[in-house]
Amino acid sequence: MEKDKIEQAVQSAVDRYDANRAELIPILNDINRSLGYLPREALAEVGQRLKTPPSKVMSVATFYRMLSVEKMGRHVIQFCESAPCHVVGGKAVWDSLRETLEIEAGETTPDGKWTLTTVSCLGICGVGPVMVIDDEVFGSLTPDQIPGILSKFN
Amino acid sequence: MKFFRSHVLVSVDPKSLERGAHEVIDALNDELYSQGLIDEVQVLETSRIGDPLRYGPDMMVYPEGVHYTNLSIDDVPFLVQEHFLKGRIVEKFLEKEEKVQDEELGTPTPKELRIVLRNCGKIDPNNIEDYISEEGYLALGKILADYTPEEVVQVILDSGLRGRGGAGFPTGKKWQFARVSQTKTKYVICNADEGDPGAFMNRRILESDPHSVVEGMIIAGYAIGASMGYIYCRAEYPLAVKTMNIAIQQARELGLLGKNILGSSFSFDLEVRMGAGAFVCGEETALMASIEGSRGEPRPRPPFPAVKGLWGQPSNINNVETYATVPIIVLKGAKWYASIGTEKSKGTKTFALAGDVVNTGLIEVPFGTTLREIVYDVGGGIKDGKQLKAVQTGGPMGGCIPTEYIDTPVDYETLSELGSIMGSGGIIIMDEDTCMVDIARFFMEFTQDESCGKCVPCRIGTRRILEILTRICDGNGRDGDIETLEFLSQQIKADSLCGLGQGAPNPVETTLKYFRDEYVAHIYDKKCPAKVCKGLITFSILDGPCTGCTVCARNCPVNAISGERRQTHAIDPDICIRCGICAQVCNFNAISIN
Repeated sequence: MEKDKIEQAVQSAVDRYDANRAELIPILNDINRSLGYLPREALAEVGQRLKTPPSKVMSVATFYRMLSVEKMGRHVIQFCESAPCHVVGGKAVWDSLRETLEIEAGETTPDGKWTLTTVSCLGICGVGPVMVIDDEVFGSLTPDQIPGILSKFN
Repeated sequence: MKFFRSHVLVSVDPKSLERGAHEVIDALNDELYSQGLIDEVQVLETSRIGDPLRYGPDMMVYPEGVHYTNLSIDDVPFLVQEHFLKGRIVEKFLEKEEKVQDEELGTPTPKELRIVLRNCGKIDPNNIEDYISEEGYLALGKILADYTPEEVVQVILDSGLRGRGGAGFPTGKKWQFARVSQTKTKYVICNADEGDPGAFMNRRILESDPHSVVEGMIIAGYAIGASMGYIYCRAEYPLAVKTMNIAIQQARELGLLGKNILGSSFSFDLEVRMGAGAFVCGEETALMASIEGSRGEPRPRPPFPAVKGLWGQPSNINNVETYATVPIIVLKGAKWYASIGTEKSKGTKTFALAGDVVNTGLIEVPFGTTLREIVYDVGGGIKDGKQLKAVQTGGPMGGCIPTEYIDTPVDYETLSELGSIMGSGGIIIMDEDTCMVDIARFFMEFTQDESCGKCVPCRIGTRRILEILTRICDGNGRDGDIETLEFLSQQIKADSLCGLGQGAPNPVETTLKYFRDEYVAHIYDKKCPAKVCKGLITFSILDGPCTGCTVCARNCPVNAISGERRQTHAIDPDICIRCGICAQVCNFNAISIN
């Protein structure tokens, strides 16, 4: 990734929170959103600007599920792994996702299109099983819907 | 004074103005004048009536109390003639009743009592005036005018309110501890991250009645002597974060947050902090670490947050539902609240019903309501006429309660006696097709994954339990596994640092206690009684019902089914992956699972 783009993302996130060290998580969240993940260079830059040791930045970046230090696919699928979705047929949908994409949880397809992750409860249990692709929510899923939904993304 | 026989109130909120409310008023006056009615009908301006985006400009006509919507100047002459001259209500301008179905929160059943959820779905969460019209911020005004902080603490103590986050610690006691700490800086924190998977009542409250939480937190701030508060919200709830931010902004604009609230000497402000996806951050010490911008790892207690909390200062942490209950307790009195519920658990509790029950969604019942009433009277019974097998409460750290305890009145004590917990109020109903070993494995997968890794019993212990359970479900259970599971559960419970580890073995312990025969069947007989665990079931085709229609063979993803047309087919168990598709597609119930 170009250096400019990274610097710009870090700059705007740090400015947005007035370089407040207590806001490290929202800052990383912002950068993660604009770049898709947290490249090493970005973490180093954040550490410098917040005057925080790189180890601390790294420890936070690797702790939270919504932050990623690995490059993600163009589209990120978050599948709800919680019990209410599980008991209404979530497992079959999950298997269908894994089989269709031929990847496991946390992996990215070789063409860089899809990353498959799990997410804890999204709180919309009334329409389970649920998944989120990028920012779009899909509910009341059945395994046979998966190929159709995936084909809408390019 | 002039008397009018009729009054017309036209909404002049910004959106209605944009859509021509003033033009409608002018046209009305013109038309009334030309019809000679100007001395009989008075036209007045009012703030919004209905949702302006849907109805504006709209108006109310009294004394009939009729709501006319989506008006334009062209409609006015006809309306005036019909309504004011001829005295007929004009149907075509009447508010169209749109049946909006609330998927999460249905009409309350007779067993329910909505106190915390009273405003949800009824008021506009993004409009502070809606909340104020439901006696909102009245409690705040009352305490600032008439109560000392100690008196507020006393009211909460007397009400018997207990923390709705799960542990059920008396809220008044918590406030008292934070109150007596002699430091200048204290914090009020709202835990909006602890919802067990499936327990979405907190999200619902934040999204549909945000001001009740804001008001509850301001009252808590006054009671303990804090001037700053944080709402720590899960990142999985983006809409809740947005709604809370709007609510805080509106409260600030009206002087309900900030310096010298309502002209008193009390100042208090709020901020929302968002998590980034870590279940353990619902644990209070982990949550505070996360607000400070660190890894959300728990630390040993004591010191408790009331003594040493956020940034080392005394802090009071309650959850969303607890704060949302505070204003109404202040308004209606401790005595009123304490009259609801059981001896030790006062008031009502919201539950999120999920799983194999007819009516899923949010409910609110007084403590002491039995599980049977919750499942059958409120939940409408089990789906598809099946049998109830177990009720799981308390989320991934909770336990499974079998049908023989279905008449247990639900409160904090009775649930823990049964080996389960209240948690945030998730209830999952499981029917006869549920394998309890598989469920225990499922919950353990979750806790093992969410363990933060700081302490050994939780990090390694949950992993060992998961390995054993997976082995059992795969059909490779060994003699001694049950005993090992029991031993591990005890150890993890006794030695873990925080509630996550201490509660992690609950699903295993309760299923071992109440459904031991299923473990025995898995390990010794190599059978899964509920026919769920793929390693323990085989599919075969019954000779009689099979018509040889070939549907199963055509749908089998691995071509494990063979047979001639109109002849009984057969499944090759070595190729079969036990996906169950054949059983789903067969029209003759010819697939047998053993």
